[in-house]
Amino acid sequence: MLTGIEAAFFYLFAFVAVASAFMVIAAKNPVHSVLFLILTFFNAAGLFLLTGAEFLAMILLVVYVGAVAVLFLFVVMMLDVDFAALKSGSLQYAPIGALVGIVLAAELIVVAGGYAFAPELAANATMPTPDLAVRSNTAALGDILYTHYVHYFQIAGLILLVAMIGAIVLTLRHKPNVRRQSVAAQVARTPATAIEIKKVETGKGI
Amino acid sequence: MTTALSTSLSLLGPELILAGGGVLLLMIGVFSGERRANRLVTGLSVAVLVAALLWMWFFGRDGVAFGGAIVQDAFSRFMKSLALIGSAVTLFMSVGFAKDERFDKFEFPVLIVLCTLGMMLMITANDMLGLYLGLELQSLAIYVLAAFNRDSLRSTEAGLKYFVLGALSSGMLLYGISLVYGYTGHTGFNEIAAALTGSERQLGLVFGLVFVLAGLAFKISAVPFHMWTPDVYEGAPTPITAFMAAGPKMAAMALTVRVTMEAFAPIAPDWQQIIVFISIASMLLGSFAAIGQRNIKRLMAYSSIGHMGFALVGLAANSETGVRGVVLYMTIYLAMTLGTFAVILAMRRKQGNVENIDDLAGLSTTHPLMALVLTIMMFSLAGIPPLAGFWAKWYVFLAAINSGLYALSVIGVLASVVGAYYYLRLIKIMWFDEPVGSFVPVAGELRLVLGVSAAFTLLYVLIGGPLGNMAQAAAKSFF
Repeated sequence: MLTGIEAAFFYLFAFVAVASAFMVIAAKNPVHSVLFLILTFFNAAGLFLLTGAEFLAMILLVVYVGAVAVLFLFVVMMLDVDFAALKSGSLQYAPIGALVGIVLAAELIVVAGGYAFAPELAANATMPTPDLAVRSNTAALGDILYTHYVHYFQIAGLILLVAMIGAIVLTLRHKPNVRRQSVAAQVARTPATAIEIKKVETGKGI
Repeated sequence: MTTALSTSLSLLGPELILAGGGVLLLMIGVFSGERRANRLVTGLSVAVLVAALLWMWFFGRDGVAFGGAIVQDAFSRFMKSLALIGSAVTLFMSVGFAKDERFDKFEFPVLIVLCTLGMMLMITANDMLGLYLGLELQSLAIYVLAAFNRDSLRSTEAGLKYFVLGALSSGMLLYGISLVYGYTGHTGFNEIAAALTGSERQLGLVFGLVFVLAGLAFKISAVPFHMWTPDVYEGAPTPITAFMAAGPKMAAMALTVRVTMEAFAPIAPDWQQIIVFISIASMLLGSFAAIGQRNIKRLMAYSSIGHMGFALVGLAANSETGVRGVVLYMTIYLAMTLGTFAVILAMRRKQGNVENIDDLAGLSTTHPLMALVLTIMMFSLAGIPPLAGFWAKWYVFLAAINSGLYALSVIGVLASVVGAYYYLRLIKIMWFDEPVGSFVPVAGELRLVLGVSAAFTLLYVLIGGPLGNMAQAAAKSFF
């Protein structure tokens, strides 16, 4: 059981997470929705930290807040979709949403409950999680990721490299008539090269 | 369990050369300026591929690396040689085409090198994780390559189509792997085999097996997972089509052989049924569907579907001679494919490349030598003795008959008779139809490939002995 300051933080994170999750679907402005989603992620990361899963907390922040949520934000801001019209009838889907929620909750209970019924199952894991006092999550993952699975880790890196090359090859276009800024050329300008002095005769103009 | 990192790395020489070379070539390409980049990087890429090949032949050692994730044996060495040769030759052939068709970007050879790395990793994979990662590295590079000519609608369509269907097949493969993992508790091939021996075969595991084989059949374009092949072959730029027909097929076939022969060896009757079905379906579809084709790249797509069916006949035999047959079939198929695609690349008029079969009319009067080579290739693909293609079929059917698969052999022979029709039709068009205009002179690099592949196909009888011994040694890896 959580007590003292841990309990206080748990309830803080949990409350804000649930409240902001509700705001994600309740907010009128889609940009606000995404911002609330980020708040939810932050609080979920806090909950992970409380349970000692600091690696998951980091990943949640780096991947979901740093990449996914920002991507959402870009999409929401760049696409011209009338979200208000889209949302107008959304309440009629509430029963189906609730059903999905109930099924999900039931499945979670079954999965978590499995360990309560048969605690010996946890011993089946080929690589059990080491005790937090001995080794932190991140270090424990690194222990196997950079020894046992270093080969796969490197191949995964190469796959990402290929994906990057592919994205660039297929989308980058060198437009011939684009004038790029050349800082060096700009700095190298002197009054002699940049301006031209002309004598203007009175009443004639240039 | 875990071997020292240096030992593991020393077994991975060729792969390291390709990985390091690919990354280095990317840098060279970026910094060497637009105009020279493609020529330079293409040349260096061929050099890297050849270096990997030579390293493997002269310094390659057998062994297991990274705690069983990778296995180097005679089989993987043989198949990797094929993959490397296929990649190097297609890259070599592509130089002139890339320049003429204006897609001479330096990323093209770099992607081929990285794709070849993926193939090597597939062939050496001894673990489901390695299998998947190698496959993905290879496929991702090919998706990009297929869409490489991005200003062409057909090329883009080919890339997108291949990508979507490839993602689907990856999904099936992963689902199968997860089922196999769930029922055996392992991802390593040897461990899976150990878990399967002695224990009762479970239904869920068979589901997993089916999904894994479905994913692999997609990559070798065997029926019923062949739908992408004609469209992608037709749409992709011709050098890439040649590459797809030559390299990845070798890797995927090697992987299929290793998965079935090693991981699922204890449940051989189960996968044999599947392979027999896939094989028959591929042979029949490859033979009948090719008849109506007008485009030579589409024709080659159906031809490759059919040939994969023939190669699988050897695998269905589940014996040492069967694996030897598959290995030799793939070797001979590689030579025939490269030769045929060299001709297709040489089908070039002043206005650009042409791909229709009717454009070949009267080739014997305009380009007698090219017509002769293509005739040799077509006779060989049809399986007419004493050309190489006949021996390829001979090996696999012999193995099938030795294993008592009479029905499969009979259907296979009948399918190859049907297939002979469209190969012979091509020959008829070349030799007996009126010429419709001539092609530009054949480029030097294509002449070389044409000559070598024609010589290999013609003189296979002479080199078949030593090659057969090597294939025998490769097949011994599993028995």
